[in-house]
Amino acid sequence: MSMILFFAAAASDAEPMMEVTGQAASVAIEILILTLLVATAVSMIRMRQLFGVAMLSGIYSLLSAAFFVALDAVDVAFTEAAVGAGVSTVLVLSGIALTAKREMPVDRRRQLLPLLIVFVTGGALVYSTIDMPAFGDPQAPANAYVGAEYIAQTPQDVEVPNIVTAVLASYRGFDTLGETVVVFTAGLACLLLLGTTLRGGGKGGRD
Amino acid sequence: MGHLILRVTIKTLFAPIILFALYVQFHGDYGPGGGFQAGVILASAFILHALGFGLDRCQRVIPPSWLPVGMALGVLIYAGTGVYTLLFGGNFLDYDVIQPDSHHHAGQHIGIIAVELGVGLAVAATMLQIYYAFAGREPEPMDDSW
Repeated sequence: MSMILFFAAAASDAEPMMEVTGQAASVAIEILILTLLVATAVSMIRMRQLFGVAMLSGIYSLLSAAFFVALDAVDVAFTEAAVGAGVSTVLVLSGIALTAKREMPVDRRRQLLPLLIVFVTGGALVYSTIDMPAFGDPQAPANAYVGAEYIAQTPQDVEVPNIVTAVLASYRGFDTLGETVVVFTAGLACLLLLGTTLRGGGKGGRD
Repeated sequence: MGHLILRVTIKTLFAPIILFALYVQFHGDYGPGGGFQAGVILASAFILHALGFGLDRCQRVIPPSWLPVGMALGVLIYAGTGVYTLLFGGNFLDYDVIQPDSHHHAGQHIGIIAVELGVGLAVAATMLQIYYAFAGREPEPMDDSW
């Protein structure tokens, strides 16, 4: 889904004369944001105070949203800012209110296996980026087949200025119905597990 | 009950946030946004109010028993739009049959607004439901408990 949003948002064309300066500036901004993302992630790992970790995760989401804007994917950025930086930070905070305020230090010998898994997974992800097409490559699979068709056909088929909305609600309306059901299921699961709306539930401490 | 500055800020921001949510909801065809984002923004206005003024006052405006109804109703509006198009001889979610004579795809616009409304309602109710589920388990955290 996000691939579709990416290419659709990236499809807006730039002025050819401004292209070189604009590209250099956007690369500089992207490097800056990515550096800040890494710094945030490292300080999140090092921090033991869970309140600070929750705040930093909100900052991380906000920085990701800024990065999506730099990639011209405004719809994705919007969602990331609203969900990642906004609501999930609050949910994590209300989760912290129910648990300890500090993270317990973990025994050094038990850190080795997770570290190995993280490095292997990260290495595999970096390795897989070598095969990925360049950003905005018109020959890339995400841009070439059905994507190009959506961009070409939206003005005739749907007549909605925002192609992302046309793809999301019209061309892929069935997928979005599925996503809505996923959101519904998440709310239902929370209701069943935590169940505060039930009579006497939650506050009575029945767990 | 939060700090005075927080309460004044929340009171000032509450209405503009809801207005912005409605703008994002109904402007999704023209600009970035749509039901998902609008639902989250709408829920965040109420969550913000609950953070500043306590969960009880928020639950007096939106009782917890409404939220499962809102969640289900949102999904039903979305799926119901699909069933509606089926009944009028189109495919599932084929919005063109809503206004078959239109030359500027009015059916598509109506259909998109309808399904986005369903998405917005479902997402807003779900977000608030999840927040109620977490925040309703214990008294408000003290200011110095962090």
